[in-house]
Amino acid sequence: MSEYIDGLSNRAESVGIVERKSFTLPDDAGPFELEGGAHLSPVTIAYETYGELSPARDNAVLICHALTGDAHVAGYYSETDPKPGWWDIMVGPGKPIDTSRYFVLCANVLGSCSGSTGPSSVNPATGKAYGLEFPVVTIGDMVRAQKLLVEHLGIERLLAAVGGSMGGMQVLEWAVRYPDMIAAAVPLATTPRHTALNIAFHEVARQCIMADVNWNRGAYYDSEKPSMGLAVARMIGHVTYLSDEAMRVKFGRKLYEKEAYKFGFDLEFPDFQVESYLRYQGGKFVERFDANSFIYITKAADYFDLAQQHGGGSLTEAMTKARCRFLVVSFSTDWLYPTSRSRLLVQAMKKAGLEVSFSEVEAEFGHDAFLLRNERLFDLVESFLEHALATERKRAETAPKEAWG
Amino acid sequence: MRFDLQVIASWVQAGSKVLDLGCGTGSLLEHLVREKHVVGRGIEMDEEKVSKAIGRGLSVVQGDLINEVRDYPSGFFDVVILSQTLQQVYQPEEVIREMLRVGKRCIVSFPNFSHWRIRAQILFQGRAPVTRELPHEWYDTPNIRVIALKDFRRFCREQGFTVEKQVAIDTDYRQEQGHALRFFANWRAFYGIFLLGKER
Repeated sequence: MSEYIDGLSNRAESVGIVERKSFTLPDDAGPFELEGGAHLSPVTIAYETYGELSPARDNAVLICHALTGDAHVAGYYSETDPKPGWWDIMVGPGKPIDTSRYFVLCANVLGSCSGSTGPSSVNPATGKAYGLEFPVVTIGDMVRAQKLLVEHLGIERLLAAVGGSMGGMQVLEWAVRYPDMIAAAVPLATTPRHTALNIAFHEVARQCIMADVNWNRGAYYDSEKPSMGLAVARMIGHVTYLSDEAMRVKFGRKLYEKEAYKFGFDLEFPDFQVESYLRYQGGKFVERFDANSFIYITKAADYFDLAQQHGGGSLTEAMTKARCRFLVVSFSTDWLYPTSRSRLLVQAMKKAGLEVSFSEVEAEFGHDAFLLRNERLFDLVESFLEHALATERKRAETAPKEAWG
Repeated sequence: MRFDLQVIASWVQAGSKVLDLGCGTGSLLEHLVREKHVVGRGIEMDEEKVSKAIGRGLSVVQGDLINEVRDYPSGFFDVVILSQTLQQVYQPEEVIREMLRVGKRCIVSFPNFSHWRIRAQILFQGRAPVTRELPHEWYDTPNIRVIALKDFRRFCREQGFTVEKQVAIDTDYRQEQGHALRFFANWRAFYGIFLLGKER
């Protein structure tokens, strides 16, 4: 996802230099029990924060990242860092998620590979990386870990949770799992569960990794990595994040550094620009992501089923557990999680009597539109959060004061 | 606020639950939320208008009003409003029936097609009328219904909708001042506003 940020953000308008922090669950809390039944210990969560927590601790906005994202939402790691966080256009001073008003928090999901415990972490039982011995995690597990982090930071209630794609799934999970801990929720370009098509794409991507001879049933940390498999998996994903129109505009049938077809399968110089682009993106992805994390996280997204997990099969039933206000946004050219998926959510929220706003934003770039500059999206998020904060403060004024001690 | 919206607002009880169908940029709904502390919801088709309404802090869903209204539980609202939109609706009977299912009462307003100026245009110019209230040419109008106050009353009688209140106004809708007509309303009114209840 961070490939989009190139040239889109201005260093001067950024939150500036940020650092990655980490939180390890204390030993006395016991092992972290996963939904799949397994136990995990120790559990470390990498996170970043921007802005200041208000004295009333009522301005915390949690951002949930998508599949292959990380905790680095905004800012730079150093003066010479060439690239800001993946949502730098959205998060920063004066930006839609304004770091001069909100305390912004983003955690790397459980199972990932950017500082949070995942399959590449050391298994204390063996002293080696977990690999496939890492237990399967779910969206619910990711959110439960985030909740422990939020509490660790002294936040009793989030002003909002915001996230796109798999981040949106986490936002939904937050809303129904911890209704008292969240005032507003912004699920973007997301779905209450995966369709067979969604699962199929993920399975093809996983099989690319597993078919790579270097994968070695996940035990590759001391040897050659399954780079080719991971690169191809990423290429498949990348295609599903774009749209027919976006690819036509960007590439068409343009050739790559040549005047005519070469009628061959050159691995260095492919014929078409789109081929070259995908290879480049796949190659770049391999540098920053772990193949096992990719198969675990895609699986977590596949297992996610809000209705099944929280409503006995009924999405409305699941949504009746939520109490926050919602802003649901879909994008017109998103065919991975099309508008009809968001409408299902909105329908269930309405039936559950919740306060929900919904807009289908016109956008060109398919599913990934939520990562790109879009004034309509920016306005929606900005004003929704503003009103959420005003409402939350009014609520605090009128709520009966609890006696201390 | 527009005079017709002021009339509608005066019919809404403070603190009630209100659904505004075709709420546009949400000016009526915002007024009701701010001044009357209603719990408000809106439905609007146009993306830009939805965005403006959400920008006002309102809960507004983008979509087709008949599809969207179906999702609400029966009796969820006290009042459901359809302001200046009935003339654009394909299934008016179904829409009003749904409005009365999800709400205890509904308020419907529309431009009066039997105003004397419209009649005069047809009679003397012999062409499809274009007025301030119905400003579109025949080829680009979103208005697919021509409604007269008289017709609407008859429609309500036939469908079994109870007309609890009605007001005919002869004020340009952009103006904030106006007054309600008492005589020859079907000739003189630019707009009609009706408060409907369920059949008894």
